[in-house]
Amino acid sequence: MKKIIKYVLYDIVRNKIVVAYTLFLLLLSVGLFNLGSSPEKGLLSLLNLVLLTVPLISIVFATTHFYNSYEFMELLVSQPIKRSKIFMSEYLGVTLSLSAALVIGMGIPVMLFAPGATGLYLVLTGVFITFIFVALAFLASVLTRDKAKGIGIALLLWFYFALIYDGIVLFILYSFADYPLEYATLTMTALNPVDLGRIMVLLNLDVSALMGYTGALYKSIFGSMWGIVSAFGVMLLWVTIPLITSRNIFQKRDL
Amino acid sequence: MRNLSKNIVVWTACTLVWLLGCPLAFGDTLKVCNTCEYHSVKEAVRKAKAGDVVLVDGGVYLESGIEITQPISLIGRNNPVIDGRNSGQIITIKSSNVKLEGFTVQNVAVSYMRDDAAIRVADRENIQILNNTVLNTYFGIYLQNADNSVVKGNVVKGVNTGKIESALGNAIHVWRTDGAEISNNRVEGHRDGIYFEYVTNSLVHENTSERNNRYGLHFMFSDGNVYTRNIFRKNGAGVAVMYTRDIRMEHNTFEDNWGAAAYGLLLKDISQSTIRNNTFRRNTTGIYMESSSRLHIEGNDFDRNGWAIRLLASCIQDTFRLNNFTANSFDVSTNGSPTMNLFEQNYWDKYTGYDLNKNSVGDVPYRPVSLYSMLVERVPPSVMFMRSFMVDLLDSIERVMPSFIPETLIDESPLMKKINHDSDRKLVQNLR
Repeated sequence: MKKIIKYVLYDIVRNKIVVAYTLFLLLLSVGLFNLGSSPEKGLLSLLNLVLLTVPLISIVFATTHFYNSYEFMELLVSQPIKRSKIFMSEYLGVTLSLSAALVIGMGIPVMLFAPGATGLYLVLTGVFITFIFVALAFLASVLTRDKAKGIGIALLLWFYFALIYDGIVLFILYSFADYPLEYATLTMTALNPVDLGRIMVLLNLDVSALMGYTGALYKSIFGSMWGIVSAFGVMLLWVTIPLITSRNIFQKRDL
Repeated sequence: MRNLSKNIVVWTACTLVWLLGCPLAFGDTLKVCNTCEYHSVKEAVRKAKAGDVVLVDGGVYLESGIEITQPISLIGRNNPVIDGRNSGQIITIKSSNVKLEGFTVQNVAVSYMRDDAAIRVADRENIQILNNTVLNTYFGIYLQNADNSVVKGNVVKGVNTGKIESALGNAIHVWRTDGAEISNNRVEGHRDGIYFEYVTNSLVHENTSERNNRYGLHFMFSDGNVYTRNIFRKNGAGVAVMYTRDIRMEHNTFEDNWGAAAYGLLLKDISQSTIRNNTFRRNTTGIYMESSSRLHIEGNDFDRNGWAIRLLASCIQDTFRLNNFTANSFDVSTNGSPTMNLFEQNYWDKYTGYDLNKNSVGDVPYRPVSLYSMLVERVPPSVMFMRSFMVDLLDSIERVMPSFIPETLIDESPLMKKINHDSDRKLVQNLR
């Protein structure tokens, strides 16, 4: 398995997209920190970046990578290697390279300009989102053999989590405005890793005072060790569920 | 430098003349110190007749329950300390025309029944309380029914760490008084910094009120007062003023009132008043307005607040002119559609319009209320979607094609450039 991961990693680094991604993140992070008047502002702008571009790049890159390495996988399948092993090595190869890009490209500037718990949460959220969206991308790719269709499904997933979901929840909140919605909102945000990450970082920033009663409630939940651990636990669920589902499909299907 | 020393000489001479002349003109001087005739302030005050001066020299006097019943001057030299040792009210003024100056008064315990204060004036006029320091007391300076009194240059510091609101008194508490002057005081660590109830025609000038548990300034039913050049900073709930009309608030600074229930300035049932040239910086809500009418809010700076203005639908005929709105999360938010409020010639940093005829007024109107701010006002939990991409998108669409945001809240003539309230007087004059 180590050997396969090594080969996948080597393959990814060689096609230079990940290097470009690292440089892009590095440039953007340093730029944002230098532009903003305070490190906190920089973190806020970076948060928007993490929540929009990181999922998009992860999902598109992972889907295209999966389809591009189809022949390689077919070759491996003919060897006495378990399918789940092949699948997991592919997954780990992609996520590790993308996370490394994120940690180098964003983690280093964050640690330099705005060290602290908030920055750590931001980078952690970014890493988790990478893991989650690569898993979702693999799920999309094993669902169909057609590359165009696969990328389409992947993009749709990104669109759903980054955009449509918030719209739906806002609509629900608006329709049921007469009811106490604090815990409902909490549940609904847990159903979207992007929202979960955003709230976790926002609550650690100063803006949480704006959020009134709901903010205070959330802060009491996410402020505690238990809350943080459970939030990352939910994130972990978001990684494992699509990953295991797609691995099972990959094991059974006709290549 | 020569001028300064000359001044000092002149001043010293004047003071000496005054010091010498004062007893001659008004009465005797009773001295209090370790080696003087009197060893206790209480005793000297009891012996003093109308017009006397009681001069207290530096030292610590463990006393309380000092009652001033004659029009005398009680003056501290070399900072005498009167320590009440938590045994009740320290100085009670029960005569008109009393002057109290230069003391440090400390340690008054919490008393829910009597509301003990360090210095209390009850039902008398023309009292002067100058340059005293009040430390660790329940109420600090308490004026009740004390017309034309002056409270100037005092420092009132309480200890409020770990205490709840009801276990604290107010630093300067004024009740049913006409023509008071509260100026150059520094108050902190109490429940309310400056508290007014039924106080009329008074002046609150150049005070600093910070780190109080509840409000920096709190007044109710206090018409016709003027508040200028005060600083209200880091108070638990900012400044709250209620049920009052004809007030003027100018050149005040409201800053760092940051917290889930904090406001820079909370206005409830305020009418016919002017709020001009104030600075609101880093407050959760700059101005919160409820049932307030005919206010002129002009020339203020709103910088880095959560909400610059929350204008509830119950407000009518308020005018917002020549204000700067910069770096606020929400410029204006409302819970309905307030009517007949006028926004004009303000500077909004979120304004994206253009100015073709170069008259420094934007050609397209600006709508300060965003769709999302209305949604948050209606459904508070939706605040958790702040900075979500969807929210930004909705706001942008609504800006281009407004359909939900109230039609009446609109600035028809937004300014293109930030007004510099200090040096751009000319521009302001022209626009007025």
